Amino acid sequence: MTHPASHSPSLWQRHQIFEKNSIILVIGILIAISIGGLVEVLPLFYLKSTIEKVDGIRPLTPLELTGRKIYVREGCYNCHSQMIRPLRDEVERYGHYSLAAESMYDHPFQWGSKRTGPDLARVGGKYSDDWHRDHLRNPRSVVPASIMPGYPWLEQNLVDISHIGENMAVLAVEGVPYTADMIKSAVSDAKTQGSADDASTADFTKRYPKAISRDLGGNVGRLTEADALIAYLQLLGTQVDFKLYDDKANIR
Amino acid sequence: MQDNHAKKTDEKGGYGTTGHEWDGIQELNTPLPRWWLWTWYACIIWAFGYWIAYPAIPLVSSFTKGVLGWSSREAVVADVKGLQTLRGPMTAKIEAVSLADIEKTPELLSFARAQGAAAFAVNCSPCHGAGAQGSKAYPNLNDDDWLWGGSLDAIHTTLQHGIRWDADKDTRSSMMPAFGKDGTLKPNEISATADYVRSLSGLPTEKGADLALGQSVFAANCAACHGDNGEGNQEVGAPKLNDKVWLYGPDKALIMERITVGGGGVMPAWATRLDAPTIKSLAVYVHTLGGGQ
Repeated sequence: MTHPASHSPSLWQRHQIFEKNSIILVIGILIAISIGGLVEVLPLFYLKSTIEKVDGIRPLTPLELTGRKIYVREGCYNCHSQMIRPLRDEVERYGHYSLAAESMYDHPFQWGSKRTGPDLARVGGKYSDDWHRDHLRNPRSVVPASIMPGYPWLEQNLVDISHIGENMAVLAVEGVPYTADMIKSAVSDAKTQGSADDASTADFTKRYPKAISRDLGGNVGRLTEADALIAYLQLLGTQVDFKLYDDKANIR
Repeated sequence: MQDNHAKKTDEKGGYGTTGHEWDGIQELNTPLPRWWLWTWYACIIWAFGYWIAYPAIPLVSSFTKGVLGWSSREAVVADVKGLQTLRGPMTAKIEAVSLADIEKTPELLSFARAQGAAAFAVNCSPCHGAGAQGSKAYPNLNDDDWLWGGSLDAIHTTLQHGIRWDADKDTRSSMMPAFGKDGTLKPNEISATADYVRSLSGLPTEKGADLALGQSVFAANCAACHGDNGEGNQEVGAPKLNDKVWLYGPDKALIMERITVGGGGVMPAWATRLDAPTIKSLAVYVHTLGGGQ
């Protein structure tokens, strides 16, 4: 495998320019990665079959969004996925497979692939608020074999909703359709959702169709982190009415 | 790095060097193991086959569908359909036959119990326990003490519409008032009533307990739902108070807490989550756990 230097330069010798100049090497790497990335990512933005409009998806309410932030803060995603894959066993256990549209307003999405605990994509409405409260405080009190840690501080900490409007404004920049009206009333909407029989419920449900405002089990007027997290959990996977969703029309 | 050095042959390994040299250090050009190299080539050939067989390459307005025409969504629909076909004959019978007749037919009973047990493990055990033994605030389903009725039909209705599940308009619904929180009863009345409730099932009461007061408070406030002697009322889901089965516990403090905060447990309506035959199977399963009436 020897080839004398006197011959026309071999491919390896031409490659020297990359190996000897770090800037050129960096530019070369960037170009190579860009091509790979563009081919894989770009089509997802324009192919009709990868963008599915689904009825019923709305942005999270301020309280649910706060709950989601607590979900992320506590690292729930480390053990729980939010992605029912289109496989028979998963559909049998968890319900209809997840649709991309169901996490279209998630930044970042919580799909995950590691399941130490069960998938939570359709946990909404599966248990009562009280069960979630008991279970978050001490999972063993309701599920003796559970290995999930307890999160007793969630029902002790008052939830901080003072910045939720700003969070929503940032998400609006990222493309979540929060209106100026929604952002302006974020704090009062969060309080409305966490209490029953509030006079402002009508305005709230106009902004967030089908959102349920109720006493989430905590003390009235004392909105805790547990309330926010439960509001979020009870929403998961409930937005799409699968009686109306046409499986066949979206086969691809 | 200095290139185009003479390529020497390593004495020990017998392989040549690359001809690269860094400050006198040269790089051996040992070939990759054959098995590894051929596996790698095979993988590349496999990839080409995969591109042809399965959806792969994005085009301007679509993508290559692959000669197999496979899609994950079609595959799962077919898989689930296969399962339905497999269970089809039995599911059809479960749907057609009444709950009582399912229990009378051994073949249907064993199918319903198996299907019910599987659905119970996934959906019901988080509250009612893996063995349906219940826990504090979540009823034990093995005994014959029922809140809303232990007949097949009553269990079936509870499963379908849930308890205090607002999203279902046919849900079972009642609400014990928060006698303490609302200020209806004074602390000494709550204490006396709790002692009286304990006396109903023969439990010892506290020294100096005012059972007469407890009895009169009970008659005025509790008897309408729980019965004059605490026998309970399944029409409104009011627990029996004169037996040894407790939903929250027999401790006086726990009874006082219930009188103070009132309310009641919540169970989801399953008709929106599970299909009709599965709910029937679950009703049969729960009914045959031991306490069915």
